[in-house]
Amino acid sequence: MAATPLQTQTVDLAARFPSAVSVDARNGYTGWLVEKDKLLEIARSIKEELGYDLLTSVTGVDYLPEEKMEVVYHAYKTTGGPGLIFKVQVPRQDPIEIPSVTPLWPGVDFQEREIWDLLGIKFTGHPDLRRILLWEGFAGHPLRKDWKEGFYEEDAKPFKSRWPEGNYVSSEEKNPYKDNLSFPKNFDPEKWIPEGEAALYGALARYTETDEQGIKSDRIVVNMGPQHPSTHGVFRAVVTVEGETILSLKPVVGYLHRNHEKIGERNTFLLNMPYTDRLDYFNSMSNNFGYALAVEKLMNIPVAERADYIRIIMAELSRVQNHLVLVGMLLNDLGAMYTPALYIFEERELILDIFEAVSGSRMMCNYFRFGGVARDIPEDVLQKIKDLVFKRLPAKTDEMDRFLSENEVLVSRLKGIPVIDGPSAVQYSITGPVLRAAGIPYDIRRADPYGIYDRFEFDVAMRTHGDLMDNYLIRLDEIRQSIRILEQAVSKIPSGPINSQKPQYQVRVPAGEAYGRIEAPKGELGYYVISNGKPNPWRYHVRAPSFINITGLEKMCVGKKIADFIAILGVLDIVLGELDR
Amino acid sequence: MYGKGIIKGLSVTLKRFWYTYWDDFVWFIRSFTTGKRRYYSEEGIKYRSSSSTRGIFTIQYPEEKLILPEEFRYVPFLVYDEKDDGTKDVRCTSCGICAKVCPPQCIWIVRTNDPQTGKPVPVPAEFYIDMDICMNCGFCSEYCPFDAIKMDHEFDIASLHRNVYNMEKLLKPASYYSNIRPKNFQLEEEARRAKEVIKAAKAGAASSPS
Repeated sequence: MAATPLQTQTVDLAARFPSAVSVDARNGYTGWLVEKDKLLEIARSIKEELGYDLLTSVTGVDYLPEEKMEVVYHAYKTTGGPGLIFKVQVPRQDPIEIPSVTPLWPGVDFQEREIWDLLGIKFTGHPDLRRILLWEGFAGHPLRKDWKEGFYEEDAKPFKSRWPEGNYVSSEEKNPYKDNLSFPKNFDPEKWIPEGEAALYGALARYTETDEQGIKSDRIVVNMGPQHPSTHGVFRAVVTVEGETILSLKPVVGYLHRNHEKIGERNTFLLNMPYTDRLDYFNSMSNNFGYALAVEKLMNIPVAERADYIRIIMAELSRVQNHLVLVGMLLNDLGAMYTPALYIFEERELILDIFEAVSGSRMMCNYFRFGGVARDIPEDVLQKIKDLVFKRLPAKTDEMDRFLSENEVLVSRLKGIPVIDGPSAVQYSITGPVLRAAGIPYDIRRADPYGIYDRFEFDVAMRTHGDLMDNYLIRLDEIRQSIRILEQAVSKIPSGPINSQKPQYQVRVPAGEAYGRIEAPKGELGYYVISNGKPNPWRYHVRAPSFINITGLEKMCVGKKIADFIAILGVLDIVLGELDR
Repeated sequence: MYGKGIIKGLSVTLKRFWYTYWDDFVWFIRSFTTGKRRYYSEEGIKYRSSSSTRGIFTIQYPEEKLILPEEFRYVPFLVYDEKDDGTKDVRCTSCGICAKVCPPQCIWIVRTNDPQTGKPVPVPAEFYIDMDICMNCGFCSEYCPFDAIKMDHEFDIASLHRNVYNMEKLLKPASYYSNIRPKNFQLEEEARRAKEVIKAAKAGAASSPS
């Protein structure tokens, strides 16, 4: 993709802070290297003076050969335009410490905890630095390059044992109970008391309280989940309640953690594509899109014209489908068990049929390739999309609107219950429909266009109250806008090749870094990929919208009822496959 | 009026109920002239999964099965051509591209070595796919240069044991392949024939004295 004038670096940070900032001059890299001691000061200036108010992604990189650890920050403006990348490098010697930027952007809370968990970088000044995805007794930090898992075979796929040797033994046949577990020194699982739990409960508000009249009242700690029908998966929220009012809340995640990023670093670039399907399994097409964008940026290759249209058609169909499911499942959470959800599943089924016909699979599509897509859309499937887009979907959306939006139960449960206000949403790095429902019209399709979104006419859906009702209504608005894009795309789709590259099973990716981001149905989905010229990525990070959107969950829920928490979780639209990665 | 929204919502269900039985009646009357039945027939299933469907939407699995699109993929199988004398001509040359491009690394191949020279022969001695690990991505069939490995349509393979498939279980004839994927099969055959024509022309040009 050629760099448009919008995407070029416009701010000269080094000129502003000559002693503390230098240009990242490594080959293929962009951004600024910031001195560790001056980080907070410079971050404050970036946020307050330069106006980069949305810090979307924070991640760490382990440069083992250079004996360095790096933390990479991606900051954007909610008014649109290119981002500002700044990095902090520290020597790779424990303890590795970097000041936390949580005072400026509270939204980095979970991301910094994730970096501590997976890379072992301590953030000084972080209010609650505990492990987040792994359990407290876990030995080591798995994303470090010198960390090896129990079933370690080789550093990178393809493994030699499969070909040419052909002598594969499945790992669990070796020794299931000894080899695949590693404990810290002097660790006895029988005697271990989970200190993490104590810390977790300690992080909540205190138990007993005496009011002015000397009446003691107990606050109760309730564990919602990990197995709870309203949490859409294995998600646990530890809630302190007084009566039904939530006093404090801590999400506990990681039950579905599989270290997607480590798997990604073992894989070659192409092999990652089907793994991205498994992140947000409702929107595998969008996930593919983001990853393809990031690697295409690195490879610097164009996308075939027809493929560009196909990509948009697929991404928007998947957005329609995702929002439909959200509305259905939200009603399910509110107590309208299954009837609305199943009616909505009809439309979803028809969209999944299209995915199946073009890609071969309903949910795990694995459809995008670097430079295009895997297969062409057959003529009859295109006709089916047209039938859906021009006739069925608009009618069904209106029907849904008519029957649901005025339903008394829905209105009384949703109207006037605030989720989050605009400025706080930006502070908490919340993106996607939740941010737009709070009155910030930030949509990457318009703010920093990717693919060929700049060719289509559509409005950024926005609501201003930021209450639950708006969060529900904005989904309907977005479905309508997506249908508008789809109508234009299916009528304008040109003929031609579907991939600008020859099909290769091993792509050559030049060294460098790239951050590809898209407006996924749940928010900003970003892929931060670093290549060192080898067939496998050196670093592969996923900025998952579900994960970062729940950073503000406590703020959203405090002071509300337990029943509201369920509705808030419903509109936040989390998918645990993406949240836990 | 309070409660109107709820009644309106219930009317959606009533509408569907009505459509289901009304359409049943219409299809029944029509079946005398067209012979098309609404249930347990291909037309009926096609109608229920088309974008103009209304009323009942579900398919009575396993009596009825959804019509799979050609691109549908489940687990891979190996293709062999049937020779005139009845022997199997395995297309695979054990080049290993499928094993290298397999994301969960569930394919492993034992190559055949020529007993005299010790050099590899382009036929696999053994070919294994661990179907429990296979993630159904379809890369192996997409990148196979010999059209030797393809994705199957058969999806009910659940068993009580581990599904590590060997050559015997993986091999399926080319006729089966052409049956489940007629369009792809035709395209590949055309490409192959075109290649052979070019090859023959080249060979002819090389053998003829210049």
